[in-house]
Amino acid sequence: MPAGVEPITAEEIRSLILGTIPDAQVQVRDMTGGGDHYEAVVVSAAFTGKSKVNRHRAVYGALQDAMVQRIHALALTTLTPEEMQQEQQPASGLVNIQTQRR
Amino acid sequence: MANDALALIDEQVKKYKILLYMKGTPDFPMCGFSAATIQVLDSYRVEYASVNVLDNPEIREGVKRYSNWPTVPQLYINGEFVGGCDIVREMHTKGELEPLIRAAVPS
Repeated sequence: MPAGVEPITAEEIRSLILGTIPDAQVQVRDMTGGGDHYEAVVVSAAFTGKSKVNRHRAVYGALQDAMVQRIHALALTTLTPEEMQQEQQPASGLVNIQTQRR
Repeated sequence: MANDALALIDEQVKKYKILLYMKGTPDFPMCGFSAATIQVLDSYRVEYASVNVLDNPEIREGVKRYSNWPTVPQLYINGEFVGGCDIVREMHTKGELEPLIRAAVPS
């Protein structure tokens, strides 16, 4: 992180997202407690009919400079309200996969 | 200079059917998100190409502009940007990634 740039807080991430996607339900979790690895779940009707890539772009767009300069790592889940209801287990954590290289 | 990087990236994503821009290498990923993406790709036991963006600052910045996506890793299949770590993992879990991979590299 460049000198003089303050680490971002979960609340700042949340309010930046809400600034662009006002109807969103946003949960931000500081994974390490150190302000460098965050996990965000963003639920909004604005995502309906949009690809995952474009949903994530919308969130990254809301974070703009913060994404480049102040956020070291952000794991993102974007859902519509309908998908949120269907989600039995929210996507989080590593999928347990046996690695067998080529 | 920046345009050279974009041209090079364009060439790479069109040349390699499955291409991952990552931090580090498949054997030594230098970031948890890159490692998680490699883990997904390896589970399909197909050949894929990777570019270590830490080796080349112009590619590291260029690939973000190329896809309009602010983070690395970035997965491309058949020249199309598929997504970053979260999307790749989610598609894998939902069984949406395998058809893309099999279509690109028939086993």
